[in-house]
Amino acid sequence: MEKRAEYDVITDEVAIPYEIAYGPTWTRFFEGLKNEKIYGSKCAKCNRVLVPARSYCPRCFVEIKNFIEVAQEGTVISWVLTEYEYFGMPTKPPFIGALIKLDGTDVNFLHLIGGFDLSDPEHVRKTVKNGMKVKALWNDEKKGTIMDIKYFTPVK
Amino acid sequence: MQKDYNTLENIIRLPHKYAAGPTFTSFYEGLRAGKILGSTCPNCKKVLVPARSFCPQCHANLDEFVEVAHQGEVVSWAYSDKEFFGSPVEPPFITALIRLDGTDCDFLHLLGGKGLSNLEDVQAKVKKGTRVKAVWNEDKIGRMLDIKYFEPVS
Amino acid sequence: MGRPVAIVGSGQTRHGRRFDVSYPELVKEAVDAVFENTGISPQDIDGVVSGTMPSMMEGVALTHFYFADVLRSVGKPILKTETCGSTGVSLAITGYYWIASGLADLVLVVGSEKMNEGDSQATMTTVVEPFYQRYFIAGAPGVFSMQCQEWSNRFGIAEEKVREAATRVTIDHHNDAFDNPYAHIKKKLTPDEVNNARIITYPIRLWDVCPNSDGACAMLFASEKMAKKLGLKSAWVKGVGYSGEEYWFGDSEKAIWQCAIDAARQAYDMAGIKNPRKELDVAEVYNPFTYQEMLYYECFGFCDFGEACDLVLQGVFSREGELPCDPSGGTLCTNPIGATGLNRVAEAALQVTGQAGAHQIPGAKLGLAHAMGGVDQFNGVMILGSE
Repeated sequence: MEKRAEYDVITDEVAIPYEIAYGPTWTRFFEGLKNEKIYGSKCAKCNRVLVPARSYCPRCFVEIKNFIEVAQEGTVISWVLTEYEYFGMPTKPPFIGALIKLDGTDVNFLHLIGGFDLSDPEHVRKTVKNGMKVKALWNDEKKGTIMDIKYFTPVK
Repeated sequence: MQKDYNTLENIIRLPHKYAAGPTFTSFYEGLRAGKILGSTCPNCKKVLVPARSFCPQCHANLDEFVEVAHQGEVVSWAYSDKEFFGSPVEPPFITALIRLDGTDCDFLHLLGGKGLSNLEDVQAKVKKGTRVKAVWNEDKIGRMLDIKYFEPVS
Repeated sequence: MGRPVAIVGSGQTRHGRRFDVSYPELVKEAVDAVFENTGISPQDIDGVVSGTMPSMMEGVALTHFYFADVLRSVGKPILKTETCGSTGVSLAITGYYWIASGLADLVLVVGSEKMNEGDSQATMTTVVEPFYQRYFIAGAPGVFSMQCQEWSNRFGIAEEKVREAATRVTIDHHNDAFDNPYAHIKKKLTPDEVNNARIITYPIRLWDVCPNSDGACAMLFASEKMAKKLGLKSAWVKGVGYSGEEYWFGDSEKAIWQCAIDAARQAYDMAGIKNPRKELDVAEVYNPFTYQEMLYYECFGFCDFGEACDLVLQGVFSREGELPCDPSGGTLCTNPIGATGLNRVAEAALQVTGQAGAHQIPGAKLGLAHAMGGVDQFNGVMILGSE
């Protein structure tokens, strides 16, 4: 068999459907979002407040049965501006993903920073700083998803 | 079944480009030319189809092709009429393992034609050993379904 | 601790964009190479361990089944290990467990990936759950950008210094790759080129990032009895460590990265290493991103936290330095995800057995191999020695 410069390629798309159960904890958390509340949970053993709310502490392995409203303001721990696009991306770029320490909680919450023009990276870098305070801004229309929070926006 | 809690509906779509490699590229070219290509292992002398780059038993490298017969015998079959998301072939369809004449392994493909339209028909007309022959599409593109199906030979 | 375990051979494919072969044929290249390099007969292996990225990377699930023919596993027991980026080290650890347990004397371990057949970012997104984090994790670069920021802010490292050190790391590695026949991207870079390259996700630029590579790596693990019988140059497993964190990005901090620290500590304790920078001769650190490589130096105790950039600029971790890191070029130059961690183990094995050819670190006797998996979730470390 002689070597060739190119061989055949099959182009295909795999599409697989899923129906994923939320379970009791997620269901309650997202109902909270619909009511403009962010729910966390406090572990009785380590006393940490975790957000989103959970049914057990992943460090202590104890069950948690509380839902606590947490603050909607916090401090930016780190952030990243994404401008590139790839197949099937859930959020259209440009967007800023960020880890935010909501006041009174003990873990970092992952969401977006927004509310200003994202088209110029230099401007973004001047506007977003680690350690700055941000506050949740809600969508008027709520669907019971994490995007009911539109984004977190710098507090003036 | 009662759903007490919400569910999230989601479809994951992932695109792929599968490299066919040298052997399958040649095999597909064979199909486009109306041929079914196999390989003969110089070690164990088995004739394998589709063509392979090595013998899965002896691991000897194989780089020549032989044309195999378009006719053979049914070894087993299954009639499938259930729809499932993303099925490559529209149901109902009949998959079958076919021992093409002169080969030493079973070839997986479809049965069709000659009034094989429901399970009862297939049960009546197709048995282990029934002789079948490839029916080709007029327009061939170099893929497995250039052979439309294998039809029972009367 | 289990029985002593040796690595008696390895084989790597030429890494790159491999549309010249189908995926099983690519894996076969590595498998054929390890049997050829060692003269061992496939009939003699007791079992096979195989692993890749999430199977949907290449569109065929259960890749260890798909590869049964090329892995010579027909008639043998087979295990699959899949831990995302750390798959390769997990594969090595699985092979190690099998032999150390006394239930096998010779095990074939194979990692592989054909990145170019799928969409890597789209596939990696499926690692993230769809309720909360999938909206915000835009592939690997975003995650590592955030980690880099967390790290440089935590230790007060000036942005310019981080950039300068990262530039030095990528120039060195892409140059080192010329001496590695299997590496994918080999290039002589200039600081200007690196500092002004296209931004992927700030501060990460094009040359701070690994390529999408196709490739496979195969290794043979053996018991002491078997290794002595074979009489091949052997690398001995002196220490093993593996540790993970909570699933959600944000649940633990990633600057003082506990699971990286723990994985290294477990491996050092087992190997009796007290001062890694002095005692190790070479370290093959998983380095898909320049920034992260420096963070690993700190977590593995090669230097104090916040110190890595300074030491990089002094050349401490270059090929001629006190502790050469990634003389093969590392993951930064070659990244077939399912094989990458195993390539680190293979390279460390080649180093401590004096078989690394043009990129051999003279006199290397003790080496470290490492890989990370998930969204900064798991780290695995293996220490290899010449005796």
